[in-house]
Parts: sequence; structure tokens; C-alpha cells
Amino acid sequence: MDYSNELLEDLRKKAQQLRKNVVVSMGIGVAGHVGGSCSSADIVAALYFYKMKHNPKKPKMVDRDRFLLSKGHVAILQYSALAEAGYFPIEDLKTTKEIGSHLQGHPDVLKTPGIEAGTGSLGQGLSIGLGMALGLRADKIDSKVYVLCGDGEIAEGQIWEAAMAASAYKADNLVAIVDRNGLQAMGCVIERLNSNPLPEKWESFGWNVIEIDGHNMEEILTALDQADTVKGQPTVIIANTTKGKGISFAENVVGFHNGMFTQETYKQALEELSK
Amino acid sequence: MTYTNQRVAYGNTLVELGKTNKDIVVLDADLCGSTMGKLFELACPERHYEMGIAEANMTSVAAGLAQTGKIPFTNSFAVFSAGRAFDQIRQTICIGKLNVKIVGSSAGMSDFGDGATHQSVEDMAYMRAIPNMVVICPADANETVEAVKAIAEYNGPCYMRLNRNDYDNVTPEGKKFEIGVPSVLKEGKEVVVFATGYMVGLAMKAAEELEGKVSIKIVNVSTIKPINAEVINKLVEGCKGVVTAEEHSVIGGLGGAIAEALCKACKPIEFVGVNDTFGCSAHNYKDVLKYHGLTKEHIVEAVTKIAAL
Repeated sequence: MDYSNELLEDLRKKAQQLRKNVVVSMGIGVAGHVGGSCSSADIVAALYFYKMKHNPKKPKMVDRDRFLLSKGHVAILQYSALAEAGYFPIEDLKTTKEIGSHLQGHPDVLKTPGIEAGTGSLGQGLSIGLGMALGLRADKIDSKVYVLCGDGEIAEGQIWEAAMAASAYKADNLVAIVDRNGLQAMGCVIERLNSNPLPEKWESFGWNVIEIDGHNMEEILTALDQADTVKGQPTVIIANTTKGKGISFAENVVGFHNGMFTQETYKQALEELSK
Repeated sequence: MTYTNQRVAYGNTLVELGKTNKDIVVLDADLCGSTMGKLFELACPERHYEMGIAEANMTSVAAGLAQTGKIPFTNSFAVFSAGRAFDQIRQTICIGKLNVKIVGSSAGMSDFGDGATHQSVEDMAYMRAIPNMVVICPADANETVEAVKAIAEYNGPCYMRLNRNDYDNVTPEGKKFEIGVPSVLKEGKEVVVFATGYMVGLAMKAAEELEGKVSIKIVNVSTIKPINAEVINKLVEGCKGVVTAEEHSVIGGLGGAIAEALCKACKPIEFVGVNDTFGCSAHNYKDVLKYHGLTKEHIVEAVTKIAAL
């Protein structure tokens, strides 16, 4: 499929805006999962501003597509997208994790509009997504469920329980996306607990596997659209990304899994993301 | 139809409810022959989900189904549906107040053959500690029928523990189940026995044995959470003391809940339950109950102690 340069550029700009929002919501001196937010930003931008059918004025519309952030610690990225989309005022982002804020450290279904289910205990989102996919299919609602997982997260056994079940149930309205930024909290995935080879694992579980550059908007859109054409099996998009993408001093730096900005680095980050 | 087995009562009631309520869905983890989820599978196969031996996935899938408007019931042995899937229950279902019903089958010692790994003595303790959770322990098959209807109607997370075995009913058939409301099965003045599940029947037998010797009130506490402290305190007014009886550890279950409710009442309490040990295998239910201090005689002993104060 051909995507216009205009569309691609719009979405790239959107992704940068999401990254900026993440930095602003973290502010100075408060820890946040910026690394994993930046690596997923292009994917999340593509989902919220191109692919998914949704309406911020009607967050519960029955035939909406659903997005589940299984790697719930990058909630600030999802909040950025929801704010940009109009689910709640952009000003709210600055209150993230403050007492009384609806924006919690991990997605809270009761507090923030646009959150489909609570996540944060890793490894559970794919199962929740499968449940939604099954429920939608039972009601003959032609919507899709997108679940974003981390590549450290897929060490959780429950991911593979869900993978096995999704394939057994031929859940072709379920799309998993693995943000494969190669890092986890304590270091490189390869060094901490090597989960490679990844595509082969998913294939052996009966999934349709698409591997992409997770920062190439055209590849992202192509993969998302391709997933629509696959029947009888779920699709996983393995997106190769850079943790901390867009912020030079955070790219591939383990410490920015849950990092903090100083006055200087905050300024620098925003400058770099404004280019 | 009168049932004398909680699992069978449960399975059949789900089928009945499922006929008119199309949102009810049932999930099993390769134990539907035991949990009686298989009755629902036979009646409405398109609404029964066999999830394989993967309780965590089953539970989170139920959460997802609830978010599409379904009323899911998840089934496995209590050790697994509540224990193994604890995190899934807590993190998504309870924090989110999702409308999922967790059913703990073969709870307590009732799976006498399989031994400690399959005998849940802690499920009421950790389930009631989770905010937003409702914890139900029906006394018998009759009460189970009504409890299933009540939790299906209630909007929010529920945990219900069920006994594996056949035994006589002590509550009347067809009595509407009210979540949070204990029922006085026998009036008395000296000692108040709060019992739950299988132990309610034993408490009634203990009261019979002590007829004429001690005036005993028997209260069936079939909702372990929420507990109305005011109601509990009212029930013990004027009594010498209290006995609690449960097929569960003496730590944190019914005994704990009653003690918490009565913390200002200054009533001595004797706890009848499993004394902080795991279960073990036995050839029959009676043996395993006796071995773990869950008999009529243990209740009699406890009541006598209180009466003698």
C-alpha cells in the first residue's frame, strides 16, 4: 500500500510530539519510564492517529478498536497520546503521579478515560487483550485489539499462555506488538535473560509474524494494515527499536528505563525533540 | 431440584442463569469435569471457554471479557483459581473493579485425596485482604444456588469458595441470598458460634449435642467480606463468648474477620479451624477433617471452654 509523504510526515511529527509530552509530563527531578516510552512512540502514534477506530468524545463506543498497554510502565506515553487525541486536557499531563491526579504511574481503568484495563504487572496485557478479542468476536463486533508488549516483558510465562490460547482460538482480531528495544531494567535483554530467537518463538506458537523497523513509519503502517488481511491466526509485529529514541543522551542507555531529568537535560531533551 | 453437592448446585445454577442471561460466560482450566463447568459447556458451548492448564491467562482473559460486557465465571480448584491467579485478580480485576466471578472449587480439605497442594487453607484470608473483593462461602448446596444468582447480579469482583463433597443441607431451599448478611440458624444466649461453609452443619450438630447444657446461637456467615461489624456486635450482645468455625486456617479467614469486627467487644473467642498447617492426603473426607481439627467434637470442645468461663 502507498502512503503519502504528507501522512507519513504528519505521523512522525505526532510521534515527536508524544515524546515531548512524555518529557513535559515527567518534568524535572521525578523518575519516569522515558526510555521505553520513546522506543514505542512511533507505534503508539500510528495506532492512535492512523490505525485505530476510536472517539475521544465517546471513549466507550462499542465498536471502537482497543489498545492495551501491556508494558504498562510506559503509561506516560499512552497518557501523551490520549491527551493529544483529546481524551482529557493536555494540562493534566503535568500532574502525572501527583497525589490526586487521575494519571497514575501505571494505567488505571477507573481513573483515566481511554484506558481499557489496568496493567502494570507485566505479562498480563496479552491475555486481557485476548479476552476482549473473544468477547468482541462473540458479539460479532468487527473491531481489533492491539496489545503493546516489551521485549523484557515476554519473559513472563503468561505471555506464552496467551500466545498459545490466542492461536488455539484463532483470534485474528488480536494484534500483538513487541517493542524490541533490546534493553530491560537491569541491562541488555541478551545479557540478562536472553529471549531470542523471538520471531521463531511466535511462529512456533502459531502466530503470523511481521518484523519491522519500529521507527520507520511506513513499515509500521504497512504492518498494521497487513495484519487486517490475515485470517485464522493472530498477528505479532516485532518492532526493532531504540530505547530512548529521540533523546541523544538517553538512546540505548539502561539508566533511562526509569530515568530522571535535571534542569539541563530537561531543556536539552525538549530541544532535541523539537527538531 | 434439591442438590446436596455444592459443585453440582453451582454448575446447574449457571446453566439456568445462562439460559436467560446471555452475558454469562464460563472459563475453565482443564478441570470442568470437577468444577462442573462442563454442565455449562454442554448447555452453551459457544459461551464456555476451555483455557487449558493456564490459570493466569484464564483469569486475565476473563478480565478482558468483562470489559466487553460479559459476566465471566472462572473455575478451578481454590488453590489455583484464587492462589495461582492472585496477581491477575488483584492487579486487573480488583483494582479495576471488573465484573469477574472467581470460583474456588474443592476448597478447604474437601479434596481429601490430592493432599496439601490441592487443599486451600488460606484462600479466604488473602481474598478478603484485597480491596473491592466480595468473598462468599455458602453453607451448603441450597445456599450455593442462591449465592450464584446473587453474585451474577452483583456488579464487581467476587470470590466464592465451594466444597467438593456431598453433604446434607442445613439451610432452606430457595432462600434469597443477600450479600453481606449473616443468618441466625439457631437462637441462643450463652455462646455464639459463627460458622461458614461445611462447618455450619457441624456447628448445628454440636448445638444438638449440647442441648440443655449450653445455650448456643449459631450464625451462618456466608459472606466473609463485606462483614458488617455493627451486625456482628449486635449478635454477641449479652453472650459469654464466641466460637468461630471454618474449613480454613485459623489465621485470617472467618476467625480473623470476626475478631476484627469484635475488637472492641471484649468477648473471648475460640477459633476452630486448621491450626496453621497445610493439609494432607486421606482416603476419605472424614479422616482429613478429623486429622485437622474440623469436627463436631472440636466445636463442642470450644463451646464448652467458652461456657465455662
